[in-house]
Amino acid sequence: MNNSKARIIDKLYLALIYLFFYLPISVLIFYSFNNSSYSLVWHGFTTNWYHNLFQDSNLWIAAAHSLLIGTLAATMATIIGTLAAVSLYRYRFMGKNFLNGMVFILIVTPDIVMGISLLLLFSIANMPLGFWSLLLAHITFCIPFVVVTVYSRISGMDKNIFEAAKDLGARESTIFRKITFPLLLPAIISGILLSFTLSFDDVMISYFVSGPGFEILPLKIYSMARLGVKPELNALCSVTFTLTLFLVILSQRFTRKSS
Amino acid sequence: MKSDNTFRNISVSLISIWLGIFALLAFLLVVLLSFMKNDSTTIFSWQFTLDNYAALFSSLYALVFAKSFYIAGACTFFCILLGYPFAYILARKVERWKEPLLLFLIIPFWTSSLIRSYAMVAILKTKGVLNNVLMHLGIIHHPLQLLFTNSAVMIALVYNLLPFMILPLYANLEKFDNRLIEAARDLGAGKIKTFTKIILPLSLPGIVAGSILVFLPAMTLFYIPDLLGGAKALLLGNLIENQFLLTNNWPLGSAISVTLTLIMGVMLIAHWLTSKNRERGDFL
Repeated sequence: MNNSKARIIDKLYLALIYLFFYLPISVLIFYSFNNSSYSLVWHGFTTNWYHNLFQDSNLWIAAAHSLLIGTLAATMATIIGTLAAVSLYRYRFMGKNFLNGMVFILIVTPDIVMGISLLLLFSIANMPLGFWSLLLAHITFCIPFVVVTVYSRISGMDKNIFEAAKDLGARESTIFRKITFPLLLPAIISGILLSFTLSFDDVMISYFVSGPGFEILPLKIYSMARLGVKPELNALCSVTFTLTLFLVILSQRFTRKSS
Repeated sequence: MKSDNTFRNISVSLISIWLGIFALLAFLLVVLLSFMKNDSTTIFSWQFTLDNYAALFSSLYALVFAKSFYIAGACTFFCILLGYPFAYILARKVERWKEPLLLFLIIPFWTSSLIRSYAMVAILKTKGVLNNVLMHLGIIHHPLQLLFTNSAVMIALVYNLLPFMILPLYANLEKFDNRLIEAARDLGAGKIKTFTKIILPLSLPGIVAGSILVFLPAMTLFYIPDLLGGAKALLLGNLIENQFLLTNNWPLGSAISVTLTLIMGVMLIAHWLTSKNRERGDFL
């Protein structure tokens, strides 16, 4: 039959969906350079909105907070998550299946449920909402993604390597340092980058566990977005999107290397 | 060798204690609170009650549940409708450029859904891009009121969640054994029959996995109705948010969250049943 015709329809369909995915964000970036506050008509190129953005000291503080939380949370989650993935693959221990199931369930759990759970936990523990509550929450929701990323890499590895090292007298900590860690490194880097991205973009969980004294970027964006479309916000969203885009592409490079 | 267990013990305890406190204990507190009486000054009082669950059947909350189910169901339906052909073509028809195409699919998965929702506002505004394009093309003569309607919420939800349907479907269809199709053809099955009898049933686990990843967020992404919707309490997510941050009825908010978790449980069982004899965990 019309094989070539079918092929063109296939390609057209893919193109349309990709257009649907990327048109809105492209429009956003385009208008962040438009020299007009409200109009949709192109009034010439300007970097005014970006300039205004960089003048806003509150925004800098929120961005610094987000960077700090993102870096710390990604590091901690990657350490805990990597050790967990290694244990789940290599060892037998009590409650292993339970832990496996919990990681899986946490990935599909709606963010809002995790958000209010942590809010409740922190209020009962009498913990003020701010830096620490955010950090603990972000580490928690990043861990399952690190476990999955690292596990998918380690499960492709030959178990005999570990046995051989053991037979030659290596301790478990030595095996981790000399064999597991170097082999898992691409997946670990990918995990840390993805965790940072998740933390840097999170709205749902942070919304419940942040306090007025410690503002972070996504919540700032949310409160601005509620007031409507503003060119400065277009600029801010463009910057944030570009940064996370870069991180995702980087992390995918490492994931591909590892598979 | 005693000392050799140290590494193992530390690794296992670390993850167990962390998730034990911040995931399990935290959620059990929510379950506990959902059976407590509301007290506006101290969050709750130590009195067992089923009132919070009974309240969910009152007309006010039942309506939000029904609406939320309807919206999330429709969103899931549209995602399958748009996503299935996409995943099918990408997994089985595309030979070149596969890696970049996949990358462009993964990017929306990880980048901020808030920013993408905000970008949708600019498209759907009365003086926004969509209206301008439609007017230029002469399809409409007056701008449509899209923003602050339920249609806007639906468009933004599908826009945000479609990648979450496509990825599990793609993973499923990519592993598909082509010999099954050849066998069906050899035995005289036509194109449609091959699809409905072979391909569709075998891709069911992918459809179920994608539906879980779409349906649950579609009920809870409270900032989407907040930015694009007309009605304030459209989704279960808005309802929960209000109970915790606005009306301060935490026990009721907890009961809604527990119900939501039960819905998730049912969906996970469905996933488990459909993927019984095959590999599990190819979720992401």
